[in-house]
Amino acid sequence: MVEPVLSLRNLSVEIPTRHGIVKPVDGVSYDIGAGEILGVVGESGAGKSMAGNAVIGLLNPPAHIAAGEIWLKGSRIDNLTGEAMRRLRGKEIGMVFQDPLTSLNPLLRIGDQLVETMLTHLDISQSDAEKRAVSALEEVGIPGAAERVNSYPHEFSGGMRQRVVIALALCAEPSLIIADEPTTALDVSVQAQIIALLRRLCRERGTAVMLITHDMGVIAEATDRMAVMYAGRLAELGPVRDVLSHPQHPYTHGLMASTPLASAGKSRLHQIPGAMPRLDSVPEGCAFNPRCPYTTEKCRQAPAPRPESTSAACWYPLAREKAS
Amino acid sequence: MALVKIQNLTRLFDVSKPWLNRMIERREKAFLTAVSDVDFQVDERSTYALVGESGSGKSTIGRMLVGLLPPTKGTVEIDGIDLANETDDAKIDKIRADIQMIFQDPFASLNPRWRVRDIIVEPVAARGGNTDGLAEKLLEQVGLSVMDAGKFPHEFSGGQRQRICIARALASEPRLIVCDEPTSALDVSVQAQVLNLMSDLKDNFGLTYVLISHDLTVVRHMADRIGVLYLGRLVEEADPQDLFESPKHPYTKMLLEAAPRMDGFGREVTPPDGEIPDPINPPSGCAFHPRCPVAEDICKRDRPAMRALGGARVACHLAD
Ligand SMILES: Nc1ncnc2c1ncn2[C@@H]1O[C@H](COP(=O)(O)OP(=O)(O)OP(=O)(O)O)[C@@H](O)[C@H]1O
Ligand SMILES: Nc1ncnc2c1ncn2[C@@H]1O[C@H](COP(=O)(O)OP(=O)(O)OP(=O)(O)O)[C@@H](O)[C@H]1O
Ligand code: SF4
Ligand SMILES: [Mg+2]
Ligand SMILES: [Mg+2]
Repeated sequence: MVEPVLSLRNLSVEIPTRHGIVKPVDGVSYDIGAGEILGVVGESGAGKSMAGNAVIGLLNPPAHIAAGEIWLKGSRIDNLTGEAMRRLRGKEIGMVFQDPLTSLNPLLRIGDQLVETMLTHLDISQSDAEKRAVSALEEVGIPGAAERVNSYPHEFSGGMRQRVVIALALCAEPSLIIADEPTTALDVSVQAQIIALLRRLCRERGTAVMLITHDMGVIAEATDRMAVMYAGRLAELGPVRDVLSHPQHPYTHGLMASTPLASAGKSRLHQIPGAMPRLDSVPEGCAFNPRCPYTTEKCRQAPAPRPESTSAACWYPLAREKAS
Repeated sequence: MALVKIQNLTRLFDVSKPWLNRMIERREKAFLTAVSDVDFQVDERSTYALVGESGSGKSTIGRMLVGLLPPTKGTVEIDGIDLANETDDAKIDKIRADIQMIFQDPFASLNPRWRVRDIIVEPVAARGGNTDGLAEKLLEQVGLSVMDAGKFPHEFSGGQRQRICIARALASEPRLIVCDEPTSALDVSVQAQVLNLMSDLKDNFGLTYVLISHDLTVVRHMADRIGVLYLGRLVEEADPQDLFESPKHPYTKMLLEAAPRMDGFGREVTPPDGEIPDPINPPSGCAFHPRCPVAEDICKRDRPAMRALGGARVACHLAD
């Protein structure tokens, strides 16, 4: 098998609190290959961003990696020092967040920000970097790129700013992009533009992408495989078509059914009873057991098996027919 | 019967720089047209949805509907009474109690230092009404517990807080509730609970909703009639089935095409061109013409009037 670009092996993140240790990420494993987009979904607080932040070494203390490993192109990166991680972050891992302003320096012209990033991470001259800054903006679809390099971030609309952030994330030619809700703040028409852009760049450059979003439609259209997180754990992992059309985990199934689209023509939406537990009160056994229609004694006692390459963390995964 | 009747509704905002700067830079006053000549009616006991992208004027219309913002031009009539021009205080009071609003952010719209009981009965208490046992009754109606009355907002999850907002909106036994993105801050599973609750309450109390949302799937599920806004203008109005199955306005078509689909595996969308123009200097004629794939000369010149087309209303020169 080809070596994946990113590989999480049983990753756990812990936060010590006054009421004990909580685990926002609990034994999560998944891989992302070159040119592949992995979608990560789950309810607010499920641990999606925490897992992404662990990969880029940006966990806010006291949150820390407590167990497991992170591998990037065959090297372990979870134990790097701060300085080594910082270098890796711009060079090998690009980041795109929900709010483009967090990634841009408001006081610098965007051309200068691109040039600075390239000079830090690539072995090129100032004039080459300047040329490439223009082509980087052209590539992400900024009209009049040659003049726009001289603009400041506030002179762009939200959608244009997010394009600039993508240009910045890509300019050092990273092998992995972590995009955490990159289109959540944008309108559908602009979202469609950004998603098309991410897909094209991923395909053309073979970049691996971790796309964190709560929008099932975006997941369906943009990703190759998807991971469903629940209370810090991986509930289901697999090719997007399989997971969305024939979910095997009762949680994924309930989640899909509760979207208005799935209930077309029905007067009521499917409801999953209750709510995702807070991290300080995750139930014993399968974390979903108090809300699951199929719970047995076993589910209350033993944590469900972890999903391997394609399956659900459930003692009684829904059969493909039953789920459809 | 129409409970809400909106005619030529228009709202401008003064976005001029301070007077001195204008004098130095020799600039005119600048106005932003947030809502422009909008007409629609909402039948009693129905759900009318307003959809549109950010800045299209949805919230501005909602705020004018409930009387939080006066129109620059045009009228809002609720049950035959025009709040902006009515002089009879008793009538105004009556109508105000009939209208309530729910906002997107259930975190910001609850006073963190008040107990849930006091938050919920506030609209009634403010009018000097009887609040005995009211909070407890409403909490049960929205699926929370009587025990929750003594708690503070921070002790609740997002979905529970939105239920508290709904309970508060119900306190004065309104007939019309304007819901501005009521589930946009919620997860899908929680959204399902809140939308079901809204449907149940509508059936039980004969409520009328104006539902503001940018989420087409939510709108399709909830609405009896849908109005599509672009740059402060109503461009199309139709029943959900017609709108989704045979959209008539080029903007509606573009919006539906761009919206991601749950069964759209690997779908290659040709993303729409351009972005929403500046509302301070909107395009001439049809505001959509610079992005419209079928625009002709007339579209640049004349603003299309709203006209009936089948069961829909469309503001487009070329739609058929
Ligand atoms: N300092 C802290 N102490 C305790 N719990 C924390 C702390 N910081 C974060 N958490 C918890 O960690 C969990 C994981 O949060 P994370 O941001 O990864 O969620 P997410 O899946 O990205 O959600 P969202 O969709 O809202 O972005 C949350 O439940 C949050 O409450
Ligand atoms: N108080 C104000 N002063 C100046 N401009 C305003 C004011 N309120 C709204 N606007 C402008 O009016 C237009 C319509 O805004 P509105 O909030 O109604 O849009 P919306 O459709 O609700 O958008 P969103 O989906 O982002 O909530 C926008 O261009 C907005 O910037
Ligand atoms: S009026 Fe003209 S520009 Fe406007 S939507 Fe119709 S065809 Fe397009
Ligand atoms: Mg997050
Ligand atoms: Mg709004």
